[in-house]
Amino acid sequence: MLQDKDRIFTNLYGLHSPDLEEAKKRGAWYLTREMLQQTPEWICDQIKASGLRGRGGAGFPTGLKWTFMPKEVRDRPHYLVVNADESEPGTCKDREIMRHDPHLFIEGCMVASYAMRAHACYIYVRGEYIAEREAMEKAIKEAYEARLIGKDNVNGWDFDVYMHHGAGAYICGEETALLESLEGKKGQPRLKPPFPANAGLYGCPTTVNNVESIAVAPTILRRGADWFAGFGRPNNTGTKLFCVSGHVNKPCNVEEEMSITFRELIETHCGGIKGGWDNLKAVIPGGSSVPVVPADQILDAHMDFDTLRDLRSGLGTAAVIVMDKSTDMIQAIARISYFYKHESCGQCTPCREGTGWMWRVLERMAKGEAEMNEIDLLLDVAGQVEGHTICALGDAAAWPVQGLIRHFRHEIEDRITKYRAPHTQVRGSVVAAE
Amino acid sequence: MLRRFDMEAGGDEFTFKPETEPKITFWREKYPADKQRSAVIPLLWLAQKDNNGWLSEPAMREVADRLEMPYIRVYEVATFYTMFKLAPVGKYHVQLCGTTPCMLRGANDLKEVCQQKIGKKMAVTDDGRLSWEEVECLGACVNAPMVQINDYYYEDLTVESLEEILGKLGNGVDVAPGNFVDRQKSAPEGGPTTLKSGDLYDGSRNTSGVLPNLPEAEAGDKPEPEAKGEPPRKDPTNVEREEPGVEGEPPETLEVKKGEADDLKKIEGVGPTIEKKLNEAGICKFSQIAAWTEENIKWIDQSLVFRGRVWRDEWVKQAKALENGDSSSGGKKGKV
Repeated sequence: MLQDKDRIFTNLYGLHSPDLEEAKKRGAWYLTREMLQQTPEWICDQIKASGLRGRGGAGFPTGLKWTFMPKEVRDRPHYLVVNADESEPGTCKDREIMRHDPHLFIEGCMVASYAMRAHACYIYVRGEYIAEREAMEKAIKEAYEARLIGKDNVNGWDFDVYMHHGAGAYICGEETALLESLEGKKGQPRLKPPFPANAGLYGCPTTVNNVESIAVAPTILRRGADWFAGFGRPNNTGTKLFCVSGHVNKPCNVEEEMSITFRELIETHCGGIKGGWDNLKAVIPGGSSVPVVPADQILDAHMDFDTLRDLRSGLGTAAVIVMDKSTDMIQAIARISYFYKHESCGQCTPCREGTGWMWRVLERMAKGEAEMNEIDLLLDVAGQVEGHTICALGDAAAWPVQGLIRHFRHEIEDRITKYRAPHTQVRGSVVAAE
Repeated sequence: MLRRFDMEAGGDEFTFKPETEPKITFWREKYPADKQRSAVIPLLWLAQKDNNGWLSEPAMREVADRLEMPYIRVYEVATFYTMFKLAPVGKYHVQLCGTTPCMLRGANDLKEVCQQKIGKKMAVTDDGRLSWEEVECLGACVNAPMVQINDYYYEDLTVESLEEILGKLGNGVDVAPGNFVDRQKSAPEGGPTTLKSGDLYDGSRNTSGVLPNLPEAEAGDKPEPEAKGEPPRKDPTNVEREEPGVEGEPPETLEVKKGEADDLKKIEGVGPTIEKKLNEAGICKFSQIAAWTEENIKWIDQSLVFRGRVWRDEWVKQAKALENGDSSSGGKKGKV
């Protein structure tokens, strides 16, 4: 178990004040000026050496991402945009950072902006997080008043940070959709290339990072890349905020060492599984987009990028959704499918049509009102959505369905068989999804 | 999703309240002068606040005029984002999260409470006080089930606590948001298992005075154009797939006469461009691909624009099937 002295988010639960004075005592804004006196390359190298992988779901190395920005500022300004759209079902970690440790986050924005030679940063927070936005605005005001940021500040790098908010669209968590939304348009993802590092916000070089990735950066620099890299297994380093929801006795957010086993995570912080370990059925380990993993495979698995990838799932945002044996798996995944149907932006046909189709079929399957061959048909359609859309929402909609069929096909078959028993005449498969 | 706006209930006019004007200025100042369109979502949100919680068509036009945008561009935004309500709502608008994490903790029971206490979705009670709808994940999953009422979150609800909240709001009594069980925010019930050391909070840890791993030039010096010295690297970090540089082993190559090469495009995921690249690398036969090792795949993967395709599309498996002349289990299927 991670020790308290090694936790980055020491006010995760809001037991202490989020205000500047208290935040400074907890370590925020300590040695920031010294960081900004180093070269941007030094900062990028430190972050690279720490092994930090992006905390927004994809797990791309953060330090490497920062180096994709042009090395010199030419006619177009550079921007840092922070993705605080946190809408992946199961995920609620950035919220805690924003409302309880905002100064750590603002400091991170400044350091990261300097590393990418940006003088302005926009934080895009989801529209529903109104309390979190207010907390951030308050902290930003404090930081300006203390001249920690702004023009001619004490840290020596002109820097402005602005809160921006959305209005309820999951797709705006996709980085280019987020930029579209920030430009005042509907949030539909852009074709890449050009990548944001070349042409992002207002056509200028832009990097989009998750809140957690940004907020851990100053502490990594303060305590050393080797300190951060000392946690977790190789290639999966650092500490991580886990959000454990669903059928555990005590759902909670907690900062733990990367690569902690599922069993230890649940035993130590969540009071065990409801009804005991024998009652565990399945776990979605990284937010609704990643495929479900059955109990026997997840029990002693390391909660990190590579282990979960090998289990054909993913760490995603480390939003662990636990399901016990009372769960109707088909219904649970059908609800996730409804989510993707609701949130599809409608730009690409496979996703716009496919998400609704998959949801309707799953709803029928949840009742058993389906044909056996529709299971394979569903799998086939999921495969046709996956990888055939501009952004990853199509993939994210397909993966839970594929995971369901991979591990719980027998449940769907049983459901169909049971439904058929009293219904000798079942509507033919011609009704398909309609 | 198709969303239409209520043309009748909105009347013909909308003006921002005078106290909203400073807020409008506050938002507009955040964006460059020639990028004022960025303020459209915040301004629509302010307009919705000034219009009893929903957006009428005149309100949208007012926002469009202020930002000098064509009306249609504002309608487009207003209908795209689900937090913009296009028909009147109650004084207290309840948004109930129904997505899987909340569903697992009993959101469906809360839906019934809303139906009993308020009525159908998006219908406003006769006294105009309450309305409700089901929304998608509100990002408070460890405090499930939960609802958002107007601006704030009401978390860790039960049927009883939601009934009580709605009862009070229905009588015009405000209820403070927050956790509705004995619990500190998102900490585990019964108290945190972590963050108990007092020295985290008294400033006693801010003593190092100097950053670790500084380049060899003296700490605190003016930045030099090139940082000296390699920063210490903890081995191994992210070298596996993301660092540039060639990894893995090249697969065996084969010289084939024109016309004897297999049509690699039969493999799902291989198009003309990739086929050409493979041919240039000396890969012309299914049998070669079928014999690739993991190291070979890594090597090949680095020359692809869309990394990871070899694994994702299972080229090796497909190639094996194609090599055996079995086109049913391998190769492109169902491609349009």
